[in-house]
Amino acid sequence: MAHNRTLEKADARRNMLFVLPMTLFAVVLVALPLIYVLGTSLVESGQDFSLGATFTLNNYKSLLRADYLQVFFNSLKLAFFTTVLSFIIGYPFGYCMARASRGWKALLMMLVIIPFWTSALVRIYGWKILLQANGPINAVLRSLGLIEKNIKFLGSYGSVLLAMVYCMISFMILPCHSAVDKMDFTLVEAARDLGSKPWKAFIDVTLPLTMPGILAGCVLVFVPSVGIFYLADIMGGGLVLVGNLIRDQLLKVRDWNTGSAMSMVLILITAGIYLVYRKSGGDDLGVF
Amino acid sequence: MDEAMSEVLLSLKHISKNFGEGDVLSDVSLDVRKGEFVTLLGASGCGKTTTLRIVSGLETPDTGEVILNGKDMTDLPPESRPVNTVFQSYALFPHMNVEKNVAYGLKVRKMDKAAQAARVKEMLELVQMSEYAKRMPAQLSGGQRQRIAIARALAPQPQLLLLDEPLGALDLQLRRQMQVELKRLQQALGITFIYITHDQEEAINMSDRIAVMKDGKFEQLGTPEEIYDRPKTRYVAQFIGRSTILEGRVRCVSGSTAVIENENGLFTADSTEASLRAGETCEVCVRTERMRASKTPVEGFNIPATVREARYAGGSVLTYVNLKDGTEVVAEGVERMCDAAQPGDTVYMHWNPAQAAVIGGASHGA
Repeated sequence: MAHNRTLEKADARRNMLFVLPMTLFAVVLVALPLIYVLGTSLVESGQDFSLGATFTLNNYKSLLRADYLQVFFNSLKLAFFTTVLSFIIGYPFGYCMARASRGWKALLMMLVIIPFWTSALVRIYGWKILLQANGPINAVLRSLGLIEKNIKFLGSYGSVLLAMVYCMISFMILPCHSAVDKMDFTLVEAARDLGSKPWKAFIDVTLPLTMPGILAGCVLVFVPSVGIFYLADIMGGGLVLVGNLIRDQLLKVRDWNTGSAMSMVLILITAGIYLVYRKSGGDDLGVF
Repeated sequence: MDEAMSEVLLSLKHISKNFGEGDVLSDVSLDVRKGEFVTLLGASGCGKTTTLRIVSGLETPDTGEVILNGKDMTDLPPESRPVNTVFQSYALFPHMNVEKNVAYGLKVRKMDKAAQAARVKEMLELVQMSEYAKRMPAQLSGGQRQRIAIARALAPQPQLLLLDEPLGALDLQLRRQMQVELKRLQQALGITFIYITHDQEEAINMSDRIAVMKDGKFEQLGTPEEIYDRPKTRYVAQFIGRSTILEGRVRCVSGSTAVIENENGLFTADSTEASLRAGETCEVCVRTERMRASKTPVEGFNIPATVREARYAGGSVLTYVNLKDGTEVVAEGVERMCDAAQPGDTVYMHWNPAQAAVIGGASHGA
């Protein structure tokens, strides 16, 4: 026993060796800046977060404006549609990938992973070229006789949604794929054997059993989607999102206090979503 | 066998199946009668699970027909067959409690709620699991899950119950107990069972008939007694029980016994079934528990052997001997160690000729 305990202590000490640098890294690069943002959001407009500053909640109160709320709503709505569309396309994709033969599986996995090799920005510009008024998609549609005049894709809500789904869908596909992959398909056979048609067996067995993967995918897509704004900017159309607002507050208006308050609200929304997800039994996504 | 027993419930006709790497099943035919307990017995990979999956509809045969109650079911999906399966891994739905698992087959058939509840209650009583109705499968032991899997499969009142190594994951003691319970259940309900196992003892204890499978074919189909006492092939003789197989040439036949000789000596076997003729070669299977080692020669036998060792095996003594050509043979019979032969002694092997089977009958018949 005593010997065991000594070993355990040595283990713990060795573990510290690895944990300590990581902790320092997290504190310096993540926690400190966040605390600074929190502090800045809580001091009088125009002041820096320091000992002599006057603390106030005014920055948060100033957010309660119809146009700001509209912007928050825009972001949440876009994130919601992005998540729903990613699920509708991503789940079947992940399902097929998990059930496909070895060769197909490798091919589909490549399709999911390759986009990560280049910057999202570059890929979105690629879409922009495809979608522009005199671009290839319009040319194809025209030559097929499906349209007479070029369609103005860019700037539409659909084009923004397309870019969002395109950038986010991998985060839906991968957890869905892994959930389907892990599932014991004998259970589906059992449901069929007991009298269920394939569709019914899917609803009764596959769907509930892969729900953890679906929920994880939804959180992984929704959370970053709330904050992303550059995709909407690139696709055009003038959709104002929380990200735009924060950027403008920080870089154009140079009102760091209000900008920080907005950032904090965004963080709270994200944390809230994650909390609800975890409380309702969702898997740990490696956050907390 | 009464009238109901002789009525054929399920017919497999010339079933073949190939998964692209050689035949898994080749030309398998089987008639299962109503109320019968038929076991498919064989080593893993012999095609027994595939046969079962073809009956349940989870697999489609390449050729052949599956007939149930005179109706061709070959192309029906599993949900349209009045057949249920107890899966090897139990396959209980982990997100449903015991009650919901058992009710599942009733729910999808749209039975009304009250009838469902009554049937579930009845099924849980049948497998003595009533107090576990609200438990989740993860909270049950292996044996309990087994009972729930059986209850779930029986709930929709299938005409045929398929069991794929249902006791494979249980420890020996529990397995013996469940064997008795399952058999009792099958007889009480009068449901036809097709049962898969690789455990020959289990097959012999429980079945009305056994089909011994090898390489996607039936080696022999018969009652446990037939399979044990009159194996048709060397494989069956070796797969079921412990035995010694002796090859030899028939010297003469008188009445129901044949005298056979080989380089180890001379012995007698029953020739009623085999209809042997003098001069033919044949193989004789003698079960270990019927093989005797005597200190003096016995009439009709002359197989001297040298004792290697004698070992007490609880209730009897196993005598390990070598025949003239070195063949190792085990004999049972003596009850006490003090009566057993000593290593180095010469003994004479013999058996009751009526209990020694000529494998596969006479060579001229083949």
